Amino acid sequence: MSVTTAVEQTENNAPLQILAPDGTVVRPDLMPKLSDDELRELMRKMVFTRVWDQRAISLNRQGRLGFYAPVAGQEASMIGSEAALSKEDFILPSYRDIPQMVWHGFPMHKAFLYSRGHIEGGRIPEGVNVLMPQIIIAAQCTQATGVAMGYKLRGEKRVAINYFGDGATSQGDFYEGMNYAGVYKLPVIFFSQNNGYAISLPFEKQTASENIAVKAVSAGIASERIDGMDILAVYYAVQKAKERGVNGEGATLIEALTYRYGPHTMAGDDPTRYRTGEEQSEWELRDPLIRFRKFLESKGLWSEKDEEAVIEEAKAAVADAIKKADETPKMKVTELIDVMFETLPPALEEQKAEFLAKESK
Amino acid sequence: MAQMTMVQAITDAMRVELKRDETVLVFGEDVGKNGGVFRATEGLQAEFGEQRVFDTPLAESGIGGLAVGLSINGFRPVAEIQFFGFVFETFDAIASQATRMRYRSGGRFSSPVTFRSPFGGGVKTPELHADSLEGLMMQTPGLKVVIPSNPYDAKGLLISAIRDNDPVVFLEHMKLYRSFRQEVPEGEYTIPLGKANVVKEGSDVTIITYGAMVHTSLKAAEEIEKARGAKVEVIDLRTISPLDIDTIVASVKKTNRAIVVQEAQKTSGVAAEIITQINERAILHLEAPVLRITAPDTVYPFAQAEDIWLPDVKRVVDGLTQVLDF
Repeated sequence: MSVTTAVEQTENNAPLQILAPDGTVVRPDLMPKLSDDELRELMRKMVFTRVWDQRAISLNRQGRLGFYAPVAGQEASMIGSEAALSKEDFILPSYRDIPQMVWHGFPMHKAFLYSRGHIEGGRIPEGVNVLMPQIIIAAQCTQATGVAMGYKLRGEKRVAINYFGDGATSQGDFYEGMNYAGVYKLPVIFFSQNNGYAISLPFEKQTASENIAVKAVSAGIASERIDGMDILAVYYAVQKAKERGVNGEGATLIEALTYRYGPHTMAGDDPTRYRTGEEQSEWELRDPLIRFRKFLESKGLWSEKDEEAVIEEAKAAVADAIKKADETPKMKVTELIDVMFETLPPALEEQKAEFLAKESK
Repeated sequence: MAQMTMVQAITDAMRVELKRDETVLVFGEDVGKNGGVFRATEGLQAEFGEQRVFDTPLAESGIGGLAVGLSINGFRPVAEIQFFGFVFETFDAIASQATRMRYRSGGRFSSPVTFRSPFGGGVKTPELHADSLEGLMMQTPGLKVVIPSNPYDAKGLLISAIRDNDPVVFLEHMKLYRSFRQEVPEGEYTIPLGKANVVKEGSDVTIITYGAMVHTSLKAAEEIEKARGAKVEVIDLRTISPLDIDTIVASVKKTNRAIVVQEAQKTSGVAAEIITQINERAILHLEAPVLRITAPDTVYPFAQAEDIWLPDVKRVVDGLTQVLDF
């Protein structure tokens, strides 16, 4: 069985890697054309996101954030993929994909309000091309086809990327979305962050398939399997997939192999019930930040001072965003009623009057 | 004006909107070259091209997701679900996605999708084709649900549904597709969503109904008027959500007696909601309990039993007799 690959075929179907865990370049031929400043920016975003994630976890433990899905370990997959897009491209995220939304232009304080369950947390600013995180697993795979078909019909050179985990690849919508994208040759990137576990279910119990990338064959679309801890491999694969999309060559499924260091969410998940510490330690040796830092240091592009500056920047940004979130007035039921329809039907007008009276007390 | 069947009027409504608004797209299973299994999209692909009227792969959740994605990207999809019994495959797109889009995006996006679908019993379909699932739709916040009873209404309501900036489920009773013709104006006209139609005025009892049951109810009204001279008012809801409760209540205050006739099963659903609202708003005007004439609480039967299962003229006449004699 042959898999159409978007990028280079690798030996023994090993995931594509540009940087080895020790930071050395193993595929110089595939090195994305990025300036020194652009390379440093990728590092800045990863360090920033790691600090932000740590702060979010601690805020959650203090009861100051609501629903939160930790991201540490997946920074290369998240940030490398977003960075390879332009701001005109449309992101359909899953609930862990808050960093891509924010780096795509969604304000951080709104991300915190989303976490707290405030309507303001979903109020997407004009010109920011994201949807709210999808909760129904893989529903975004079908919606991305519609967004992409719109671009294709208007002749716009834009792509729709949708993010999902390994568990989502068992859902019907994953196949339906890929199949539609294949039939209509749509500019869609199906980006699977395979972190090995759907909450507690390990990948080998999710599917008997050897990997996710091979599933693209069933839809006749291209696929690539990459080291999701290597930000340059991620960037390279998404850039290629985007080119394919805007050149009318159709959709790409990318399987990025990664790992989440933390729990599934902060709502009581305990990974020690289903994963071993040894496994986690092994993955930490492939850490995306350590790897990329080593690479940049070898080129004289990153220093301890740079690192410290980003850490301070991130702490200040998080503090500022939390302050902004705290200052946002509490959500009202009447606000919710107002966005159910363009024009309120009489029954909701009545119910709104009832809640207006309650809220004005 | 032309004489049209309901299915022709529906095609005509889509033609008018495809011509008027280039963001309107029509798609679904077999709707392209084949013109749909009921020919509701007959000739549209030939007239408007494959980019605007097209077949989808056989996957109803995919149809829903495609429609939602297009709708947030500036298009106005008219998606056909081949038979409404298959809508559960699309239900996530309708109930969890399209209807929540305004809320989830804080008003940035809306999802102006029209989900068209044939439904309703009495035409000997295989199972899971004929089910009346409008009660589930009515209970879905953020959704409008339209059910025409004749060709003229079908065209005007479908044009309104397509133009509406919120998601609409538009249900087309299969028995009505070709059962009679009616004068249907050419070109565009709209019938507002959320407004019922008093199809027959009367002073002694009100029948509240919709879809194919409008015709069953009118026959029953005629029979009871002949038999005992009682004057029956018949309300065709046209839209079950939003519900035109004002028209219902005004009628009940006049007649003081009412029954609700629906093809769907008895428990919960449209009739239950209407009776509740009559109780909330007009209970002191009632001279008798408001009755429901419905199908029993079973799954939709195989073809052999459907004629007995579905409410018929006799059951409506019995209901009218009960409330008149109370």
